[in-house]
Amino acid sequence: MSFDWGVIVNNWQFVIFQGLLGFGAFGGGTLRLAIPAIVLGFMLGVIIGMGRLARRPWVHYPAAIYIEFFRGVPLVMVIFWFWFLIPQITGQRLPEYTVALTAFVMFEAAYLGEIVRAGIQAVSRGQIDAAVSTGLSHFQMMRHVILPQAIRNMIPALVTQFIVLFKDTSLASIIGMMDLTKAAATVSQREIRPFEMYLFIAVVYWICTYSMSALSRRLEARLAGAAGTVA
Amino acid sequence: MALLIFALQYDFRWGVLVEAPYASWLLQGIQNTLILTSLAWLIAIFLGILFGAMRTAPVRPVRWAGAAYVEFFRNVPLLVWLFFWYFGAPQILPLSAQEWLNRHGAEFWSAVVGLSVYHGARMSEVIRAGIQSIPKTQLEAAVSTGLSVVEAYRSVIIPIALRLIIPPATNESLNLLKNSSLALTIGVAELTFMTRQIESYSARAFEAFTAGTVIYLILCLGIAAVMGQVERYCRIPGLIARVGRAEH
Repeated sequence: MSFDWGVIVNNWQFVIFQGLLGFGAFGGGTLRLAIPAIVLGFMLGVIIGMGRLARRPWVHYPAAIYIEFFRGVPLVMVIFWFWFLIPQITGQRLPEYTVALTAFVMFEAAYLGEIVRAGIQAVSRGQIDAAVSTGLSHFQMMRHVILPQAIRNMIPALVTQFIVLFKDTSLASIIGMMDLTKAAATVSQREIRPFEMYLFIAVVYWICTYSMSALSRRLEARLAGAAGTVA
Repeated sequence: MALLIFALQYDFRWGVLVEAPYASWLLQGIQNTLILTSLAWLIAIFLGILFGAMRTAPVRPVRWAGAAYVEFFRNVPLLVWLFFWYFGAPQILPLSAQEWLNRHGAEFWSAVVGLSVYHGARMSEVIRAGIQSIPKTQLEAAVSTGLSVVEAYRSVIIPIALRLIIPPATNESLNLLKNSSLALTIGVAELTFMTRQIESYSARAFEAFTAGTVIYLILCLGIAAVMGQVERYCRIPGLIARVGRAEH
């Protein structure tokens, strides 16, 4: 079987601009989905992770159930829940992008919540005692003392989870959102060149995820250095 | 609010799930998910041990080969690999081989290859972390008794590492189970595929997806509980060192 790498030369603009970045007639776009999903998912994850640590049972148990539920179900299933049930509940279909974004934020918040919880628990008990003794309220303590330290603890695990989320956005193509995967599938169906096209987007995904992990290694090294000067 | 109105107005028919042919579809789906997952799991464990050990080997080119495999496969979405193995890879085979594959369940075997190669890369990171948590003196002691490095890995280092990594390896195995749902995209009739099919034939979206979700939850929580017992049974007395969770 001979290869025809020209298919990449002819179609890379569509795959990159439409598929990766989301500029074009189809909307969507891997990065346009991944970036809001990461930001919103992290915000929800902080709430759920803090809820999991709360003393009040009516805060603690819902958060724990939320985490266990979403961690025990495949992401495809969650996407299908939103894709097929929202039309039944509200009577109208939402765009693929909205459905995918909602599913990702809800799903990833469970994983990010666990990371937030572990990060908060790694902050030493003495910090809480010291914060309370200076007269801070619970909220002030969380905001100014615990979370800033916890976030530093969490960075390696967070970046890892962000990379997972970035790769997971490929599942949005299952409900038809035009992302990197869907763009490659579209081109490969037209040109009948699946080998070349899928290998090409594998490389594109690889460059994105590998540069994210390289960035996190540098960030970790810098934070380790900063922590060293404080101690 | 919309949810409440929906719950009040919707005509729940859970009976659909035990009617023919939907009940047998569901069972078929569970069976295919379990077969696909176990087969891919066995290969992934094998690849994981092989490449995880290679990444800690005292020979530099061997370490590089291990790292190249891991970094290449785990940094690309599984869905892309599934499409690659199913649509792309057969393109390089001779036509007769392609036809043979199409007659003998190409979807299923592509899914097995895709899942096991991807999860083998992730599993090898777990196993590498396990091996690296064992003090170097263990290897030196084993080699000083006259074992070769390969023998020392096989009979000393890897058995200890496998006992240490049970929690993160369980986590990773559950990821494999959940990720097997992606095989629906290439037409493997596993649990999510069957749930989807029940939904489209019976138009009972709520019941179908509830059934699929509950089955996944039971499988995941069940396996986690069993592995918790296995971990207790396999614990090495005196060792508290736990290996961290798998990286992506």
